[in-house]
Amino acid sequence: MDTPLDKGAATPDTVHPSVAVQVRGLVKSFGTGETSVTVLKGIDLDVYFGELLLLVGESGGGKTTLLSAIAGILDIDSGDLDVLGASLTKMAPGTRTSFRGHRMGFVFQQFNLLPALTAAENVAIPLLIQGTGRQEAIARGRMMLERVGLGDRTEFLPRNLSGGQQQRVAVARALVNDPQLLVCDEPTAALDGPNGQKIMELIRDVGRVPGRCVIVVTHDSRVFHFGDRMAELTDGRIVGVHPIHAEATA
Amino acid sequence: MNYVALRMLFGDRAKYLMLLCGLTFAVMLIVQQGSIFWGLMMWSQSSISNINVPIWVTDPGIGQVDEVKPIADTAVDRVRSVPGVEWAVPLYKGVLRARLSNGDYHQITLTGLDAPTLIGRPAELLEGRFEDILEPDAVVLDQWAVERMGGPSVIGIGTLFELNDKLARVVAIAKTQKSFTNIPVVYTTYDRAIRYVPRERRTLSYVLAKAKEGDSVAEVTARIHEHTGLGAFSAEDFGWKTISWVLKNTGIGINFGTTIALGFVVGMAIAGQTFYLFTVENLKQFGALKAMGASTFTLARMILLQAFTVGLTGYGVGIGLATAFGFLSASGGGLPFVETWQLLVLVLVALLGICTLSAVISITKLARLEPAIVFR
Repeated sequence: MDTPLDKGAATPDTVHPSVAVQVRGLVKSFGTGETSVTVLKGIDLDVYFGELLLLVGESGGGKTTLLSAIAGILDIDSGDLDVLGASLTKMAPGTRTSFRGHRMGFVFQQFNLLPALTAAENVAIPLLIQGTGRQEAIARGRMMLERVGLGDRTEFLPRNLSGGQQQRVAVARALVNDPQLLVCDEPTAALDGPNGQKIMELIRDVGRVPGRCVIVVTHDSRVFHFGDRMAELTDGRIVGVHPIHAEATA
Repeated sequence: MNYVALRMLFGDRAKYLMLLCGLTFAVMLIVQQGSIFWGLMMWSQSSISNINVPIWVTDPGIGQVDEVKPIADTAVDRVRSVPGVEWAVPLYKGVLRARLSNGDYHQITLTGLDAPTLIGRPAELLEGRFEDILEPDAVVLDQWAVERMGGPSVIGIGTLFELNDKLARVVAIAKTQKSFTNIPVVYTTYDRAIRYVPRERRTLSYVLAKAKEGDSVAEVTARIHEHTGLGAFSAEDFGWKTISWVLKNTGIGINFGTTIALGFVVGMAIAGQTFYLFTVENLKQFGALKAMGASTFTLARMILLQAFTVGLTGYGVGIGLATAFGFLSASGGGLPFVETWQLLVLVLVALLGICTLSAVISITKLARLEPAIVFR
């Protein structure tokens, strides 16, 4: 019996229930005329519920662009993008914004915490965006910080936290609204080895929850073993999707 | 998200204070200059407000209250005969030189009131009894005359001085609003005023009148003009006519207008630029908010809230500082400073305009912002 990791690309007509993200023929260019550069040249990719997919490849290969497209924060030129059972390409911009807020979580390379807000307030932001009351949102923010091991830092401003702690706050923020898809862009790039490992452990645990999946763009080979599969992009094309065996990469 | 917007605003203390200072400065400048301007306009029509009667009958070609164009003495009776006029009395107004016992000369405005009624007398007296003006050679000074002529040690009740070589004796000191030209006022009776001034064919400056009860001032002034051919104005209209003349014939309007416009432009420039910088520096944060599901509308609301919060704070501080300035510098009538609610409303509207424009510049930037910026 096929497991999701053994599956090839799903058929273009139907999306298998275990597929969280289905990308078909995705093309994206930047610029116009002679200066136009095609960054993604017909990408086909499936990401399954319950897995952590690593997007790896050389710089300028299109990893971040693909991640942005899947996250619905970048318009594509052509192709189909089905995310969590909805077609992002057919979605109106306003609906897509709301869709992101309710069903996706984001972890950024530079954390992007609001410097004037405490850790708990930063974590509460996705809930505040959705209209949750301030007190409740911040209380849930505190609870989420406890889950990532920062229960004693809830009232700290970002500038008073270490890089690793700031990224854990960012992970807590990404998870506070219980997203089905977590997208992470180089989450360990600004961290030292041990902190990077801790962050990836947190992120991996999210991917293991049924009904959720995680996509991580990374250069950091030290964290490859946290992934279930690895998709390699070169020059705007996926040149291979491989299952990862922890013992092989550890 | 209002909470997040305000925390972002107050969190960047340096920019917040810069914004606040810019807007406070703009408000203070506009209110202070606007109040001084309006105070000057009030001074320009102080002859009208100090006399305080409902109808002024003048030469038909008159431009403003201090530009006296004498009319025929018969005008008083002609006005009295107009239907709807309850009473009409003569008023003399002219500029003379007063010579004090120490030999000093001072220019004064001589105001001659109708002796039987003393209509047009100042409302408030500081010293003495106004009725004593009916005594021989008696005159009443306003407080500015005392100030200009050397102060209470030089001139006061009982002091004698000369007007055109004729004796005048101070019997009372009245409180009046300062005039635009800052020439002090000496009150006496109409008949005595005529005796003080050099002989002229026409001596009557104005006829002061009142409409009968049941007749409107507008109707009666129109009737006076129709029956006599003279100019007839309500006190309010004559005041506006005077203000209009001053604006047209002096550089005051342009001068103050330029300063007020400068306040607006400086406020706009500082607020707009700082706000834009604030937005640009937080672009990644705004991008992250967008990525996390904040709509452009939500971000626009946040920016507007930030703009109006700092704007209204600046408004309050600016008004407070301008009022304190007015209170300290204009107390005692030394500086014209009239802060009206209309000016405050106008400044509020201008300030909200500044804030809205500043916010719109930032919102335009955010509306075009691709949330993908957070991944770059």
